[in-house]
Parts: sequence; C-alpha cells; structure tokens
Amino acid sequence: MGQRVGIEVSLAIAEAVKLANVDVVAAYPITPQTHIIEHLAELVANGELDAEYIPVESEHSAMSACLGSAATGARTFTATAGQGLELMHEVLYVASSMRLPIVMSVANRALSSPINVWGDHSDLMSVRDTGWIQIVVENGQEAVDNIICGFSIAEDHRVLLPVMIHADGFYLTHVIEPIYMPEQNEVDRFIPPSRYPLPLDPDNPVTMGGFGPPYIYTEMKKAQEVNIRAAKEVILEQWDKFGKSFGRYYHPVECYHCEGAKTLLLTMGSTGETAMAAVDKMRGGGKDIGLIKLRLWRPFPFKEFRQAVRSAEVLVVVDRAISFGGPGGPFFSEVKSALYGEDNRPKVVGFVGGLGGRDITVGQFENVVERGIEIVQTGSEQEFEMFGVRE
Amino acid sequence: MEKYGVYVPRLVPKYEGFASGHRACIGCGEALAVRLACKALGQNVIVTNATGCMEVVSSQFPNTAWCMPWIHTLFENTAAVASGIEASLKAMIRKGKRADKGVKVVAMAGDGGTSDIGIQALSGALERGHDFLYICFDNEAYMNTGIQRSSATPYGASTTTSPAGKVSIGQVTWKKDMPAIAAAHNIPYVATATHSYPFDLMDKVAKGVATPGPAYIHILSVCPTGWRSAPDLSVRLGRLAVETGIFPLYEVEDGKYKLSFEPTKLRPVQDYLKLQGRFRHLSEETVKEIQNRVNEEYAKLKEKAL
Repeated sequence: MGQRVGIEVSLAIAEAVKLANVDVVAAYPITPQTHIIEHLAELVANGELDAEYIPVESEHSAMSACLGSAATGARTFTATAGQGLELMHEVLYVASSMRLPIVMSVANRALSSPINVWGDHSDLMSVRDTGWIQIVVENGQEAVDNIICGFSIAEDHRVLLPVMIHADGFYLTHVIEPIYMPEQNEVDRFIPPSRYPLPLDPDNPVTMGGFGPPYIYTEMKKAQEVNIRAAKEVILEQWDKFGKSFGRYYHPVECYHCEGAKTLLLTMGSTGETAMAAVDKMRGGGKDIGLIKLRLWRPFPFKEFRQAVRSAEVLVVVDRAISFGGPGGPFFSEVKSALYGEDNRPKVVGFVGGLGGRDITVGQFENVVERGIEIVQTGSEQEFEMFGVRE
Repeated sequence: MEKYGVYVPRLVPKYEGFASGHRACIGCGEALAVRLACKALGQNVIVTNATGCMEVVSSQFPNTAWCMPWIHTLFENTAAVASGIEASLKAMIRKGKRADKGVKVVAMAGDGGTSDIGIQALSGALERGHDFLYICFDNEAYMNTGIQRSSATPYGASTTTSPAGKVSIGQVTWKKDMPAIAAAHNIPYVATATHSYPFDLMDKVAKGVATPGPAYIHILSVCPTGWRSAPDLSVRLGRLAVETGIFPLYEVEDGKYKLSFEPTKLRPVQDYLKLQGRFRHLSEETVKEIQNRVNEEYAKLKEKAL
C-alpha cells in the first residue's frame, strides 16, 4: 500500500521514476517540468537512483538520446512541456514507429506566442497523431500510479510503444498533495525487468530505422495502427493488475454521477476535480447532470466512451486547446466524430477556455453547462464558443 | 605510402562491415570511405547513422548493407542518439543487465548532418564527453537531395542552391572549418582523412574508436555526381585535395596538432579544381583568390603543428 506523504507532484513523479528503477534519463529543463528533472538529477547525484543522467542541450536531443538508449535496451525516461514537446515533435514519431518503450512525463503547457509557461492542453493536442500512448492524469496520485503503469504498459511485448503521462503544468506539477508512495518491493513485483526484444548488440546485429519506400511504407503504418489499437486491452489489463496490487483502479473513461444523467460535462486532466465540485453544486440545485472524465486519450477508448454517453441528451465538452479556424477544440471535434455514426447520441457542444494558465472556476463550469443546454435548445449554428474571455 | 607497394592488399583487413550491393553511385568516394572505416572499426561496434546518402543507399527495406548493429533515426540528431546508446551501455553494464564486451559507439553523418543541421547535437555530445567516435563523411554539399550547398561547400563551387551565374561565382562563403570546431571542444582526438589515403584513414578510425571519450574524424569524400567529375577520378581527386593543401591530413591529439602527410611542395590548386565541373566557371582571378586562401590556411596549420 505504501505510505501517504505530503509531497509536490513533480517530486512524486521523480520518485515514481526512481521506483521504476530506470537506467537512463535524458532531459532538458523547461518550465513547468523542471522540478521533475531536478529531483531526478538529485536522486542520481546522491546515489539513490542508479542511472545515467544525460543533461542534453535541447529537447530534440533529449528524445533522440532516448531513442538510442531504448534501442540499446535500457529503461528510459524523459520529461518535457510546451515548447519542449514541440521541439521533440519529429522525434516522437520515430520513437513510436520504431517501437521504443520510452516513458515521458509531460507537464502540459501553453504554446508561444506570446510566450506563456502556464498550463493548458495545446502541447498535448499537437502530438496526438505521433503514435504515442497518451494518459492524462487528474491529480498527483494518478500521476505517480500512471508513471509506474506507464513502464509496464510500454515494455509489454504486445505493446512496445512509448507512453506519455500528461499532468497539467502548475495545476498539478507545482502543488503539494497527499500521495500514497508505493513501496519499492511492490513496484519491483509489478514492473517486470525490461527485456527489449531486439536491442542493438554486436552479438546479434540488427538494422533499425531503414529506408521505407512506397512499396512498404503503408504496410508499416497499418501495422503501427493495428498495434496501438490493440494496446488498449493491455492498458486495461495493466490498470486492472495495478488495482489488484495497489488498491487504486483506473479506467479509460471515468464517470461521476453520469448514470442516466440527461446532461453530461466532459473534461480531461486537472479540471476534472473542479468540474466534480460544479456537478455536485448543480445536482444540489436539482439539475440532472453528470461528469465524464477521459483518462486515456490515445488510443482513444471509443467503446467505453460511447457506452458512457449513450443515454445523455446533451454533452458539453470543455477544451483547453484551440484548433484555429477548425471545427472547435481538438477534444470536442474528436468526441463529436466518435459519436457521429451512433444511433443514440447526445448533441455535442464545445467550449474552449482555461488557456495559458487561466483558471476554470466552478462558476464557469456551471455557466458553460447552462449555455450548452441553451445552444442545443435553440439550435445555434456556431461551431464552438470560447469562455472566460475579457471583452 | 609507397612502402606498402604490392603488399597492400594483404594489409587490408578482409572483414567487410559495409557489404557490397548497396545503391551508391559509380565512383562514390563516400561508400569507399565508409567501407574502409568499417574495416577499421571491426565488428564490436554499434553504429548510428544520420539521414543522408549512406542511409538511403544502404538500408532500403528489406535489405541492409550493414553487418554490425546499425540504427538510423533522423537527420540532425545522430550525436544525441549516440549519447543515448553510450549511456545505455554504461548504465546497463554497471547494473549487471548487460555483459561488458567492450562495445564501441560510432556516429556517422554527412557534412550537412554535421556542420549544418546536426552541429548543435554534435557540440552537446562532444561537450558532455561521451565515449564515442563521430565520423563526418564530407562530400561538400547536400548530394542526396540534389547537390544543394552546405556550410562545407567550398568557395566558388556551383551547386543547385549556390549556382554560378552571370553575377555569381557560385558558393560565396569559405568552407566551415569543422575539425577546428570539434577541436575547440578540447576532446582527446580529432583527425582529418580521405579515402584516397586508405591506410591513413583506417589507422585514424582505429585510433579514434579506441580513444576513451569523444573523438571526431572528418573524412573528405569525393562525390562524382555532385562535383561533376569523372567517376574514375575519385581516388585521384582525394589525393589532389591533399597534395594541393586544400584538404590537409592531420591529427589533433589532446590539443596537439600533427600533420599526417606533408608534401615537399604544394601543387597548384588549379590541378584539383580543373578536374571538376563544379569549378568550371571560375575566372583566373577567383582561382588566385582560392590559391591565396589555401596558402594562408596551410601556413596557419603548419604553425599549429610545429
């Protein structure tokens, strides 16, 4: 079960990485990820974590060093945020396409310009097509637990894919929370030793990352797609195994008072807890409302999600990122397309807010829910609305 | 070199790390340089290769020309990938997850992947002191994408993005001095080489890979396609580059410069330039300018090597 301690979430993430006994950490500092990698550097410097710490000169090199490390068979970790994730962008595709089980903690952050170091989901959304498994956590406990699950998922031979654990920058990374830190022996039991099937090794030479012309490229991409889709079952299995070992269970879609509710609010990440308070308040006022929180962003849990919203009439989606000139926030447009072919589906309305560290309050959640119901009732044509904008 | 005479074939290791059958152009100096380098490296290495000619000609699915573990990922990150491989070996050996078999790490890239897009990753890896050998195969332009200029393209060369025209001599900048940049990182071993001096090349590669810490070798690799030269002149051109002083062969060991080959008298640069279509348009005046620059640079180098 482990001890319950008051600890900053970033430090707890670093401690979880230590518990996973990683071999290599390659990282470049960027706010709000810094406390994670600083604490890891400290753990290595004090001999508490036996790992090679590569203080690279950029995020591009951080992820590139991770490629080399994972391909050589080492358990590999890095962390980044915002611009750093953008600088890594092309390398992310290589990590997933070459089936390298790297685990990365992302402190979700807004993107420039203007430069803004605070939390939103612009970075998270921009990498949704890179082929990584993306788990979005709601609090510090989930961050710790999912770093540990992240390694067991990534390294499972049925998966062999890189995993991102997304924790909202500042909202989660810089707060002190009461967290159950698992014991070393429990984690050792949970994550088997890494056995990458074909590491770079002169005794068994392999060529990795060869040139794929049109006659093979499509087949490779199909294989990758089949692989990540199938990974969902393993993720569920690992979460279940984790629950049995540690008593905390995780699901791709979390429901809060959503059974039978006519109106559903949908969030992802740290705002889930504020939304819970808003739902409590509205239910107290007699509103028939529930909340759905998406934890697994990639692979998208189509079945579980459709199941969860099936009987609702209105689904209010709150995005913390914007797709300029597009159909609304990326979360909203994906959810809408996931439901389009369903016979029984709610009307989906999208709201964008909480950008660049602007808080979303309980009151704002109440407002968007009311506005969402109004839009559905009046049949407004607008694709989506932004809220909390000073005009 | 003469002393080897007829015994030369016997002195070359039989081992081929870079197998024949790859798709390089006829007369490709770089393929020859890679082949020689692989002979010197032997089998106990992990190679990481940047995007470029060598990756394209050697690794097309489902074939490979590489007999050692080899990984290609991207264009500009080869030195960073090498850092990761080296750190991984170190950590896993220390933690008993891998037997210590003395495996060496080698990064290979072209001049664009080294002196342009990859210079940051390279500088970082050299500065951090990883135990690896970085080899730059310099054919003096982006040949794989169609002969575009790089910072390693020599002054006056016509390329597709520095074309000679009515008001341009072609490349208007002097070749970036990459070995000096590597040496400025105070790494234990830096050297220049060319495939036209095969034993010198193999000796340097063997030395570089055995050096603990970072080592950098810059290998001039003649490209008949991009240099507009006859494919049968590739070896000749490499020798002329050295004999004219345009590409001197030297080593920098722990900061100390040493010339590997010192011609009694430098040949005129025109002997080298006239065999290449990329310099065909040059006026006498520009050739003179190049000659003066080569004289100056060579004198500076000799001073350093004193």
